Amino acid sequence: MTKIGVLGLQGAFREHIRSVEASGAEGIIVKRVEQLDDLDGLIIPGGESTTMRRLIDKYNFLEPLREFGKQGKPIFGTCAGMILLASEIAGTDNVHLGLMDIKVERNAFGRQRESFETDLDIKGVAEGYNAVFIRAPYILEVGPEVDVLATHQDKIVLAQQGHLLACAFHPELTDDHRLTAHFVEMVEESRKSLAS
Amino acid sequence: MSKVGTDLVKRGMAEMQKGGVIMDVVNAEQAKIAEEAGAVAVMALERVPSDIRAAGGVARMADPTVTEEVLNAVSIPVMAKARIGHIVEARVLEAMGVDYIDESEVLTPADDIYHINKRDFTVPFVCGCRDLGEATRRIGEGASMLRTKGEPGTGNIVEAVNHIRKVQSQIRHLQSLAEDEVMVFAKENGAPFETLMQIREEGRLPVVNFAAGGVATPSDAALMMQLGADGVFVGSGIFKSDNPEKFARAIVEATTHYDDYKLIGELSKGLGTAMTGIEMSTLTAADRMADRSE
Repeated sequence: MTKIGVLGLQGAFREHIRSVEASGAEGIIVKRVEQLDDLDGLIIPGGESTTMRRLIDKYNFLEPLREFGKQGKPIFGTCAGMILLASEIAGTDNVHLGLMDIKVERNAFGRQRESFETDLDIKGVAEGYNAVFIRAPYILEVGPEVDVLATHQDKIVLAQQGHLLACAFHPELTDDHRLTAHFVEMVEESRKSLAS
Repeated sequence: MSKVGTDLVKRGMAEMQKGGVIMDVVNAEQAKIAEEAGAVAVMALERVPSDIRAAGGVARMADPTVTEEVLNAVSIPVMAKARIGHIVEARVLEAMGVDYIDESEVLTPADDIYHINKRDFTVPFVCGCRDLGEATRRIGEGASMLRTKGEPGTGNIVEAVNHIRKVQSQIRHLQSLAEDEVMVFAKENGAPFETLMQIREEGRLPVVNFAAGGVATPSDAALMMQLGADGVFVGSGIFKSDNPEKFARAIVEATTHYDDYKLIGELSKGLGTAMTGIEMSTLTAADRMADRSE
């Protein structure tokens, strides 16, 4: 069975596990670096990116996570996870994993009172997808190899670069598993190609 | 069509805080220490609960200058407290852009009968609870997050432990009831029936439930996580300790790795003195903040 880890340092990781399992893969909460070896793909969940980064540093996750991505194993970053994946963050020189060629802005849609839910059309994946945005970031710029999969009010909120997927919203908070299922497919394909 | 202030958006915000520590702060400098230590949010206050306890008198919403200073100092979410039933304090906090309002028994209640109708607000609310009846009444009024009441400002974990255990055991009891027995449980506990049916079905509360009111050490935080809390509020515990920075970091790590005892042992070494605690039996009925609302 395809094994997908969810980084479980802080945030909504149990909901991601539920969604992964509903999509037909095995979900594993990852709290220790050595667990990464057994995984075919990884989700970096929503939460507070500053908190997660501190715990990533504390437990020496940074290089192993970069290595995981460089091996070609798929990573899906949601909200805070998208910030961790980005190669550039507006207003700061501080980059986290820097794996994906996107420039993001934190809390770009505003504070909690501006948080919202809306229906999105996701290219090749889903129409009328109920997306929940919470103090959400968005993508300001993408590199040439990045495919924009969804926008909201002309802002990029979902993008894919080969084996990397990043979204500004929270697919784990609803029972609509279409986006997670898309990621599970990405992981299954990469597993086949990495094995051959 | 975009919608703001829906249950999904308000409850979802609390979901993102899970496994994290929310710290009380009284100025920008403390807020930055908390953020740097890995807090998932800060609670902006004029005084921490133990100082409120010591000062006596009527405790109200903080001076907006303090709240604003904290809002400007950090990029993590900022919470603030309004008095129970004080609709205007809550509206002021909402207008300032606070991310979460704690309708809190730590402040002196403005209304000793009714809580705020939290469904009217775009900003989400967290409320305290001692048992499932209180928890579901607050959910009925629109609370998007719960926390144990514990006994704030005491540095004594005993009441928070009682409250989380009570809620958890009542959920288990509810699940053991036949459907036709739930209405009597609702009557006896003053709990809304439909919410109980939902909890019985899912085996858990429909909102996130944090621990609060007495967490003073990394082990206290880990204990509350083991008893089923989704995360931890630390009030006086951090900035009333000898070494706030070290304490804050240790409590964050113990909350993440709440079942790694070797690590918690390491974290607890040489932390200096925790806040001086208060034994419950020395509190008079009037001193008990948890009993200020039902």
